[in-house]
Amino acid sequence: MNSSPFFETIANRRRFLSRSGMGLGAAVLGNLAASQVAADAPALSKMDQLPHFLPKAKRVIFLFMAGAPSQLDLFDYKPGLAEKFKQPLPKTISGGQRVTAMTRGRTQLVQPTKFKFTRKGQSGIWMSELLPHLSNVVDDICFIRSMHTDAINHDPGKTLICTGSEIPGKPSLGAWLSYGLGSMNNNLPDFIVLNSAVWSGDKRNVQALYKRLWGTGFLPSRHQGVMLQSSGDPVLFLSNPKGIDRKTRSRILNLATQLNQKHAIEIGDPEIQTTIAQQEMAFRMQASVPELTDLTGETKSTLELYGPEVSKNGTFARNCLLARRMIERDVRFVQVYHRGWDHHANLPPKMKGQCYDIDQPAAALLRDLKQRDLLKDTLVVFGGEFGRTVYCQGNPTREDYGRDHHPRCFTAWCAGGGIKGGVVHGQTDDYSYNIVDPSGATTTRFEDDAVHVRDLNATILHQLGIDHNRMTFAFQGLDQRMTGVKEAHVVKKILA
Amino acid sequence: MIKHTPLLRMSFIVGLFGALGDVSWSQDETVDFNRDIRPLLSDRCFKCHGPDAEAREGDLRLDQASGDESPFADREEDAVITPHRLSESTLWNRINSGDPDVLMPPADSKKKPLTAEEKALIKKWILAGAKFQKHWSFAGGKKPPIPKSLPPAWDHGDIDRFVFDNLRRKGLAPKQSAEKRIQIRRLSLDLIGLPPTVQEIDGFLKDDSPESYERLVDRLLQRKGFGEHMARFWLDLVRFADTNGIHHDHAREVTPYRDWVIDAFNNNLPFDQFVADQIAGDLYDSPTTDQLVASGFNRLHLIIDRGTALPEESFHRNVVDRVTAFGTVFLGLTVQCAQCHDHKYDPISQKDFYRLYAFFNNIDAAPETPGRNRHPPFISVPSSAQSELMAVNQGVADSSRKKLKQLEKLLENEKSDKEKIESEIAETQKQMDLAAKKIAAILKTAPTTLVMKERPDIRETRIRIRGAYDQLGEKVSRGTPDFLPPLQSREEVPTRMDLANWVTDPGNPLTARVAVNRIWQQFFGVGLVKTSEDFGAQGEVPSHPLLLDHLAIRFVENDWDIKSLVKEIVMSQAYRQSSVASPEEYRRDRENRRLARGSRFRLDAETIRDQILMVSGLLNREMYGLSVKPPQPPNLWKSVSMKSSSTYSFQADTGEKILRRSLYSFWKRAMPPPQMTIFDAPTRESCIARRERTNTPLQALVLMNEEQYFMAAKKLALKLIQSFDDDQQRIDYLYQSLTARKPDAAESKLLADGLAQLKAGYREDQELTKLITGGLPVEQTEDRIEFAALSALINSVLNLDVAKTRD
Repeated sequence: MNSSPFFETIANRRRFLSRSGMGLGAAVLGNLAASQVAADAPALSKMDQLPHFLPKAKRVIFLFMAGAPSQLDLFDYKPGLAEKFKQPLPKTISGGQRVTAMTRGRTQLVQPTKFKFTRKGQSGIWMSELLPHLSNVVDDICFIRSMHTDAINHDPGKTLICTGSEIPGKPSLGAWLSYGLGSMNNNLPDFIVLNSAVWSGDKRNVQALYKRLWGTGFLPSRHQGVMLQSSGDPVLFLSNPKGIDRKTRSRILNLATQLNQKHAIEIGDPEIQTTIAQQEMAFRMQASVPELTDLTGETKSTLELYGPEVSKNGTFARNCLLARRMIERDVRFVQVYHRGWDHHANLPPKMKGQCYDIDQPAAALLRDLKQRDLLKDTLVVFGGEFGRTVYCQGNPTREDYGRDHHPRCFTAWCAGGGIKGGVVHGQTDDYSYNIVDPSGATTTRFEDDAVHVRDLNATILHQLGIDHNRMTFAFQGLDQRMTGVKEAHVVKKILA
Repeated sequence: MIKHTPLLRMSFIVGLFGALGDVSWSQDETVDFNRDIRPLLSDRCFKCHGPDAEAREGDLRLDQASGDESPFADREEDAVITPHRLSESTLWNRINSGDPDVLMPPADSKKKPLTAEEKALIKKWILAGAKFQKHWSFAGGKKPPIPKSLPPAWDHGDIDRFVFDNLRRKGLAPKQSAEKRIQIRRLSLDLIGLPPTVQEIDGFLKDDSPESYERLVDRLLQRKGFGEHMARFWLDLVRFADTNGIHHDHAREVTPYRDWVIDAFNNNLPFDQFVADQIAGDLYDSPTTDQLVASGFNRLHLIIDRGTALPEESFHRNVVDRVTAFGTVFLGLTVQCAQCHDHKYDPISQKDFYRLYAFFNNIDAAPETPGRNRHPPFISVPSSAQSELMAVNQGVADSSRKKLKQLEKLLENEKSDKEKIESEIAETQKQMDLAAKKIAAILKTAPTTLVMKERPDIRETRIRIRGAYDQLGEKVSRGTPDFLPPLQSREEVPTRMDLANWVTDPGNPLTARVAVNRIWQQFFGVGLVKTSEDFGAQGEVPSHPLLLDHLAIRFVENDWDIKSLVKEIVMSQAYRQSSVASPEEYRRDRENRRLARGSRFRLDAETIRDQILMVSGLLNREMYGLSVKPPQPPNLWKSVSMKSSSTYSFQADTGEKILRRSLYSFWKRAMPPPQMTIFDAPTRESCIARRERTNTPLQALVLMNEEQYFMAAKKLALKLIQSFDDDQQRIDYLYQSLTARKPDAAESKLLADGLAQLKAGYREDQELTKLITGGLPVEQTEDRIEFAALSALINSVLNLDVAKTRD
């Protein structure tokens, strides 16, 4: 593909010009436009190489559970552990695993979950009692129980899953999508980040996020995620200053456009046209973003679907509803963060609170998308940065315990966007400690259904019509890829 | 430890860049290996047929012409390349094969197939004898002959002779000089990062002597703003920031390093000294405070606070980060690519990486920071005011001590008046204690800075197999890659100071080229080598290789004098050209690599903010000191931080502090000021040699609505109303302040009409004018309308492309 920003500029202007006379300055631009579009025609054909093949999904919602939820208490049911409470974890299972500084050198005692599991849906998938609402939609979900990662600490773990590398400096998934696929709408950013400011489970040990998780690394910064704020302006600097109303704003920009237009002709630099176009986009965003975040048009039944918390600003429930509204408006990639999943101690009560936050809204999101016929081409992904250990951190009791970080296996799930529903991919051993093949042998091989973080990312890209090996950007001497330098695979088995 | 003295080092010089065999460039249509062939081989072939021995296939390497695995080596099968003979060259046959099993590069290599043009180059090259050359930037350079016979109007020095000679070969012509108003704005923004004042513009226009331009350059080079502006680029490069960047992202104190960089540029510290102080300032026999501060370069990496990660792993990451920075900053090399395996494209082996690693792993510091506390080793660096105050108190303490001694003697001898003496002693003692307390208090508030410190014993270094921190391999000793000149060691085990001297040795082919290129990039928007962070095989070849070598060699000959390099660049006619061109010319050469016009590029985030603050008269020119926090939208820090982080909640500063130049703004790596990052400022988590320049709607929103920027617009409106009686004068002044140009008739009319419309609008809706004046001393209705309309007009001009761009 062609990565020259020049062509992007043209593409921007083409989008801008195609909006048939709306907004400021369009009349002024009219004449110039026709001749320039003609001149640009050969360049545009180069842009058309993406997608590489027919996409199954047009948009993605990534529900990121920051802090790493315990697969053992939510998705990966291990009934045999109840009898093994407080028994040392067999060396044959743990064999040489790197552990964090918090549990290094301690005896590893098995900790069963205190929560009940039952089979759910027509597919009969085991689900924890903590997730009653998601339990009702399991037939739309594909659970990947064989996720694994390289990192054992939050920061590198999150950076790896969001940018394809543990080392800061690489572009995030949404930035890659914006870069590779361009925009589908004229009024909103391609990539929006919703950070839930409220979490019920854990208020103290809440891990940090970093701008790099939705940053652009070495890609042009216009592809960066725009974080919607839960207080103040939803998009930074969106509101006019006091004393500038929309009419005045339009006068101000009209004048600027006329002058910019004159300078464009005199100076010759096509970048000035981009400035004009981007000011127009900003002006439109001043209307489209408040409209996006205004929920007064939502029906009572929709609001009830998402649960009681949807009425509060900054909740995960509110963010799920906003995500749906963005998907309706063809935002390419929405990433919703929910923090507070780092349960080294007091896991059961914290887990209850966290699940209260996310269970009903996440299930509602799937239902809502489905009833609007959007789930078929919207991929929803749910997961954290790694899993948690079967052994207890601290002094274990059956009722109260904590779990440390665990990179060797964890569960993520996908729904919609051309992914099979009601299936489970991959399996782990009796301790949910290692991924195993059908014979029960420990494995990390993709062929045995182990799914590395980069494989998940490759699969997301695939559903959007992108060959992860072919979407590249030259930087520091390498053809950089979202999935990094190591081989990544598309998990074909879960594709519908 | 040996003192770093340029004179001593001169003794190594075999010739400038001399010991390596010189690079040569063909000036005509013949194929040039470095320009035309190596980039193709590197991109398509080196991954399997390059420097990485482990990844090498078929015992063939195409990165060198000699050795058992070279394309010319004796083989049982047909020769890979037979010079002058296509059909007897397997390479040629295989890149043209119709059989997918034979075709190179293979389909599963994820490499793009060679295009017809690329194959034609390879054909030409083989037919011409398939000559290899050392990669251009690793080879020595010799002073290229300077092209002659330019028309006098275009000849303002050697730079022009290279640039315009090149243009002429391509059948192009340069542009006229930019108009004087544009010249002064360009110079001012490029040299001090601030626009010229209207008075400065007038002064420059009035001075029509031939030397006026040069005098302006000299004046600007002497301004303090020069160091501040130059420092900004360096701070991106070394990823300078105010927080640790990982986990808690606690604050750190290292601002004296930033201040040292500013001073280094202002005092024109020779670049070799500037480099050596940073790599090894702690290793001088008796380092000055400045040198210790500079050694803090080695502490600027990201670092985790203790408690969750494994200290051994953190240790390894820190060292890798330090070596990575060393490679990027001083050599323009991606040495970090060799931490897991041999470099795929450049001749840097994994062993080479760990030989460099061995210079940087001997730090006498814990691998993780002690929470919010300062992380030793650090030193206290009082500001000059604080130093003075301390000196005063020290004086009081000293004289009190002397007086005490006298009084005590007096007390021994004197029998009468004992009480009086005793009370005097008590008083003096009190004064002395007070002075000591004051000194301690000053020291407590004085900025501290992280410094480098070597352990007494040298740590053993082992290769980390596949880069894993705990997979120890072969033992290695300190050293530098073989393809570069040998390291001169003064002791048995080379020190970081030896490494510093190796970097700044005039025989090192990379240092000067990399440095000169980055400075060039500041003035033309793009470097002679576009990939200013990578001078290796995968980097771009220079657009003007001879000019680059000319400048690099001259830089070394001039004792690494940065100001004189900068002056030579801005004095050139190439730099002075007008950026006005046809859209066609812009389209043909978007980045202006050919230099057939003046460069035109958007101002950096900091300059945009500093410009509006200055134009409004708000800018606080105070220099140095702890970082400041201008206002930003609420809750940004909270939304990403851990509650126990020292940078969890953002408290904006008040008063004059928020009006400092943006260079002094507090930089939280997890959430830098959005006014900066929206305009492409990097997060400072990794070394950035060049910023992207994008153009986005979010940028438009900042210029339209940012609180401080709008406040500045209002201040300027007030100033215009107070200074001028009629609108035309106000418009003229405003337009000149932000663009340096006087509005022409058409612009004047647009602006005047715009202002009239804005006034009419505010007259209709006077409630709005009350909102806009809020708190400012504008009371009469008519005044308010005028003020509101003018503020809005300024907001409009601020949104002009020419206001945020350097023409």
